[in-house]
Amino acid sequence: MPGPDKETDLTERIEAFLSDLKRGGSGTGPLRGSAETARETTALLRRITAQARWSSAGDLMEIIRKEGRRMTAAQRVLKIIREEYARSRGSSEEADQQESLHKLLTSGGLSEENFRQHFAALKANVIEAINELLTELEGTTDNIAMQALEHIHSNEVIMTIGRSRTVEAFLKDAARKRKFHVIVAECAPFCQGHEMATSLSKAGIETTVIADAAIFAVMSRVNKVIIGTQTVLANGGLRAVNGTHTLALAAKHHSTPLIVCAPMFKLSPQFPNEEDTFHKFVSPHEVLPFTEGEILSKVNVHCPVFDYVPPELITLFISNIGGHAPSYIYRLMSELYHPEDHEL
Amino acid sequence: MADSGVTGEFGSSEGKDLTKEEKQRLRKEKKQQKKNKEKKDDKASQESEKEKKSATSAAPASQPPTQLPAQKAVPAPAPVPVPASEAPAPADKPAKSKAELKAERRARQEAERASKQGKKGEVGQQASTGQIQSQHQLPEHIQVDNPDVLKKLAKKLERQQIPLRSDYGYKVSLFSHLHQYSRKAPLTQQLSIPSTVIHPAIVQLGLQYSQGIVAGSNARSVALLHAFKQVIRDYTTPPNEELSRDLVNKLKPYISFLNQCRPLSASMGNAIKYIKKEISNIPSQCKEEEAKSKLLNCIDCYINEKIVLAAKAIAKYSIEKISDGDVILVYGCSSLVNHILCEAFEKSRKFRVIVVDSRPRLEGREALRRLVQRGISCTYVLISAVSYILPEVSKVFLGAHALLANGYVMSRVGTSQIALVAKAFNVPVLVCCETYKFCDRVQTDSFVSNELDDPDDLIVTRKGKTQLEDWHQVDSLGLLNLVYDVTPPDFVDLVITDLGMIPCTSVPVVLRVKNVDQ
Repeated sequence: MPGPDKETDLTERIEAFLSDLKRGGSGTGPLRGSAETARETTALLRRITAQARWSSAGDLMEIIRKEGRRMTAAQRVLKIIREEYARSRGSSEEADQQESLHKLLTSGGLSEENFRQHFAALKANVIEAINELLTELEGTTDNIAMQALEHIHSNEVIMTIGRSRTVEAFLKDAARKRKFHVIVAECAPFCQGHEMATSLSKAGIETTVIADAAIFAVMSRVNKVIIGTQTVLANGGLRAVNGTHTLALAAKHHSTPLIVCAPMFKLSPQFPNEEDTFHKFVSPHEVLPFTEGEILSKVNVHCPVFDYVPPELITLFISNIGGHAPSYIYRLMSELYHPEDHEL
Repeated sequence: MADSGVTGEFGSSEGKDLTKEEKQRLRKEKKQQKKNKEKKDDKASQESEKEKKSATSAAPASQPPTQLPAQKAVPAPAPVPVPASEAPAPADKPAKSKAELKAERRARQEAERASKQGKKGEVGQQASTGQIQSQHQLPEHIQVDNPDVLKKLAKKLERQQIPLRSDYGYKVSLFSHLHQYSRKAPLTQQLSIPSTVIHPAIVQLGLQYSQGIVAGSNARSVALLHAFKQVIRDYTTPPNEELSRDLVNKLKPYISFLNQCRPLSASMGNAIKYIKKEISNIPSQCKEEEAKSKLLNCIDCYINEKIVLAAKAIAKYSIEKISDGDVILVYGCSSLVNHILCEAFEKSRKFRVIVVDSRPRLEGREALRRLVQRGISCTYVLISAVSYILPEVSKVFLGAHALLANGYVMSRVGTSQIALVAKAFNVPVLVCCETYKFCDRVQTDSFVSNELDDPDDLIVTRKGKTQLEDWHQVDSLGLLNLVYDVTPPDFVDLVITDLGMIPCTSVPVVLRVKNVDQ
């Protein structure tokens, strides 16, 4: 029977993907590009939609919720499903999305039973919408890069940290028309800044590599700081590569604008809670190698990968739909995600 | 000149005495005007000069405000306000133009004066501000982009028979005024053996400096003083020479050599000043053996007082600031801070230490080793993780390379960053520094005077790949390896010195007191 085979095949694929994600930090190279991850997640979810057995939208949402507990892209897909369902039911989208207090009180909560209705065309619609999402994902970097000339003028000194594909595309696009100077802080211990610098200098941009320790020393000559990030949190704060908080503080001290280039799929509805719970660590071997054997046993070594940057230090977000202030992020959140899906 | 003629009559009828004084003044005016004439290019101004001269010769006091030349600060004591009220009416237009011209002249002269001073400043070595203070000589090592200065330096080194070290690699444009050397090409390779000019102890010291074997402010100063002791022991006064003058001259090429190996630190500068002063204070009738033993004694005293005892005093003050249960953050390897922590541990204070380190020097590992050997419990992180670990910290102890006269702390690069983040988290920052490291210089940013280390140090090989291997080939790529940075005084809460605990802004007071003592 092809059915159950397909199902087992699917679960295997899901398992493989999840373990890959977990290992993503040290296995396939540090900090796998988030764009790739998002794309693969979405593709996987599309496969689930196509192959898993489900009869109504409610079932589908259950399945996706179960599989996608660790994947934020699943939330986008859930939102898409709701939209499609609402559309096929004939009610207007806006009415559904407005979570006004009045509606909450009168309708007594959008009841889950409504989703039990079965629509044949729902599957096709959902898959189509997911495809749209995929194309959007692929085009984000170009969209952001197109806005580069609005933000960079000639003879500027721009500072960045670590390696971000979005920022790389952004700067290369601006370099086609303007001449400016870039300072890259290598980001110990992974030193991704080196790769960024080589790639930028090959594109003809004047680049300088500095050590992390020199960030504050050099900041007085910098005109703008442009960084990428791993995630944008619901309050407008960032979860970015370690060292970014120091960079943001130094920029604030010198009143230098801090610009974050982040495509929309990096938005996460989570708020920062206690710092301990959202950090990811890697092996301390990166920091203190095993050659220092005799002291290694008596010493605690920490190697956090991410930093939290509060929204007060950020000047502007540039995303594929334009530029926003950090205080606007919560609004974008409600457009992209349904509030009931915030707890996955 | 109808109007001037009219007023002329008026003036001469006033009084002969006045006119005599006026004439003297006019003579002075004429002299000044002649000077003005030399500096001027305009025909128009010359014309007005002629006008003025004829006017002044004709009418002494009539239009005092317009007659007097710009330079005269003291206005005409004379007075005649009455004719002045009359005069402007018919002479309105010419008066205005004269005032305009005067203003022009004034502006031009000031511009010329400024450009002259500017030219003087460029030459550098001779820039003397004359009345204000003693000659202000810009040190050579921050004028690398000036070819005249480089030529002078080359000549000086040739005279002293010391090889000139050449710069290495592409220098970032912001730092083109500083030297950048490679560690793989030490100066000693260019020396002939045996070298007659430079004492072998100094050659050894220079090599140790340039390869980083002796590093750290205190260590370098102590090594320098020991090497000088050796030099003094081996010294013999040549005939017909005085020890006090000759020894100082002997030391000059050594100092240039050491400077070429690695730029002198502020503490070394102060030590050298002290030694030179001691040597020149030796009375001429003193016998050679006696003089030498006296000098050796002086040096020993200096080391003992300024370094060893100072460390003990600072440790005593600091221990008061360390309480049980503290979590102390230190950066890099400062001999003084390590000493303090070890002493505090001996006095049975319960605390734990977080050592922050940074690439490319990774000095924190040395500090870690020393502390762990004593049994202090330590944590180790890199500087990019400092904002993660700071919420746990209760105090930050930092060492200093030098304290500048405007209250800024010059220290290893990264110190200012740690102070900044500590301030953001409201953690107190304490800087420990001996008084012999206080220096007269002022500096506000880390660019004007710094040291550029070997840029190849930034290259790292991870997982078999070295990204920056061929950075020389790529034109637009530069590597920057700074050694020092300056921390503004508002980030520092307290400075602990052997004279006590002072705020950062009291540094010039201490300097003044020290100078008065000496």
